[in-house]
Amino acid sequence: MDITEIFRLSIKAILSNKLRAFLTMLGIIIGVSCVILLVAVGQGLQLYITQQFESLGANTVAVLPGTVSLENGLSGSQPNFVGSKLTLKMADDLDRLGGPIEAAGGASQIPSTIQYKGKSKYTTVAGITANYSDIRNLTVGSGRNISTTDVDSARNVAVIGDGIRETLFGQSDSIGKDITIADNKFTVIGILENKGSGGLGLDINSFVAIPITAAQRLNGSTTIQAMNIKARSKEDIPAAIDLAKRYMSKQLKKDEYSVLDQQSLVSSINSILGIVTAALGGIAAISLVVGGIGIMNIMLVSVTERTKEIGLRKAIGAKPNDILIQFLIEAVVLSLVGGGIGIALGYGGSLLIQRAFPAQVTFWSVALAFGVSSAVGIIFGVAPAIRASRLEPIEALRYE
Amino acid sequence: MSPVIQLTNVIKTYTMGDTTFNALDGVTVTIQKGDFAAIVGPSGSGKSTLMHIIGILDRPTSGKVVLDDHDVSTLTEKEAAIVRNKNLGFVFQSFNLLPRTSAVDNVALPLIYAGINKTERTKRAQEALVRVGLEGKFDNTPAQLSGGQQQRVAIARALINNPSLILADEPTGNLDSKSGREILDFFKELNRNGNTIVLVTHSPEVAREAKRVIEIKDGKIERDTHR
Repeated sequence: MDITEIFRLSIKAILSNKLRAFLTMLGIIIGVSCVILLVAVGQGLQLYITQQFESLGANTVAVLPGTVSLENGLSGSQPNFVGSKLTLKMADDLDRLGGPIEAAGGASQIPSTIQYKGKSKYTTVAGITANYSDIRNLTVGSGRNISTTDVDSARNVAVIGDGIRETLFGQSDSIGKDITIADNKFTVIGILENKGSGGLGLDINSFVAIPITAAQRLNGSTTIQAMNIKARSKEDIPAAIDLAKRYMSKQLKKDEYSVLDQQSLVSSINSILGIVTAALGGIAAISLVVGGIGIMNIMLVSVTERTKEIGLRKAIGAKPNDILIQFLIEAVVLSLVGGGIGIALGYGGSLLIQRAFPAQVTFWSVALAFGVSSAVGIIFGVAPAIRASRLEPIEALRYE
Repeated sequence: MSPVIQLTNVIKTYTMGDTTFNALDGVTVTIQKGDFAAIVGPSGSGKSTLMHIIGILDRPTSGKVVLDDHDVSTLTEKEAAIVRNKNLGFVFQSFNLLPRTSAVDNVALPLIYAGINKTERTKRAQEALVRVGLEGKFDNTPAQLSGGQQQRVAIARALINNPSLILADEPTGNLDSKSGREILDFFKELNRNGNTIVLVTHSPEVAREAKRVIEIKDGKIERDTHR
């Protein structure tokens, strides 16, 4: 007997009881859409974090004070900003080294309240060198950037994020106005371009930058908290790290500085998120198995319910294999159609979620969900199908 | 006359726990082409078992069954399915039609397992339905047909592959007397047209319609009357 004929028989049997077919598929539908949705959210999160880091400047290497380790994931030791021995001169030296290093600059952070005409906002003010915006991929939308002259003469000028501008100035003009940072007057000279919602580690919208020399004056310190190095390309990162380490080893003791690249930070965060994603997907996959058991249950009931039909089919010439394949196909079709609906729902759901939250439907999650649902159909369809194929025609016909 | 099915010393033994029981205890019988035989007997006489052996739904414990010159005593279930499909037509007491399935599709069912294409199947199924007087009921499902009509659909299904033998198990058992009468008349007409029919019944009245009555009791043929 032709397989397409058996296929047609199976479809007919499914269509003759649509409600039951739908309820049978429900388990698979929920399972598949959950796998896709949860994996999409996990993947989206990973992608989002990677992008955020890259928007802060790809190819960046940081030199931080003290011993900072990423080996234990995020629980590594923290930089020792207070006891920093890094100096602006080191940043300038690194900047002049050239080779794999495209640019290097110093940075310090001063958490403080900034005010303008009674409005205030608490944020972290960054002391930067003139090349900081190149290293960190920041763009000044209007006005001008902090210049080398600003740094050299420690001028009280500031570049502010668009969110800060909004809070302090609203619709009115901001460039040229004086704002108060830690009781010192600073003149706004530029507004950073709005790059969408805030990122990790650095919220561009609430960013306030002043010349690093001015920051040192506010802090009363002669050191800087960190140095940012931009490698010429992704491939140059190891060489840049190497060069920076060699230079630093001549300047400071081994435990007084750490050279880190963003890539290793990103990958350690990603590995954690990967585990979370896999765990979410795994939990959802359990519901797929439950869905499969649901299919087996219904198919077993269906075999019992259709005992007479099976007997008749056998009496008029159906071979055991014909019956086996018919029931197997029924189970597989139920799980594949359920899987298909689940994929559509999962995909649609991910698109909806994308409006509020990063979600990324990945090919492998769809393939996995579809593969598992068809495997579930076959595995859980086999037992009922074998039972059906082994029914004796006489017994089956006699069954009431 | 040539034999359609020949049973030689057929024994069918069932084992229930420690006791064995011969449902058929040495049955030798030949159904000739063109026969219209009724197998009668009280319940437990072995007439159902005999019908299962003749219908190749079951194999004898010992003895020989020859259908259309082929020994069918020891077929596998797969081989038996092919023989039932090609050589036999079944009519059951409870019609055994597929629910929610049109008359045409019900009648065409044996042809699916014979591997015949859909166009041909539909054509032959419609012809068979016309033969049993159900033109215009092609697309009706069993629920939309009366008992007598349902049994006629079942007869059309039994006829569709031109079987050498039609086996009817209490075909009038679920019908009112008028419909039952019609079905019996129809069987007689089929027989006049050359079909070989074996009818199993517990009712002497139904058996009287046949040309030959095989009475069975305790697994043995007690009487075999030709009229």
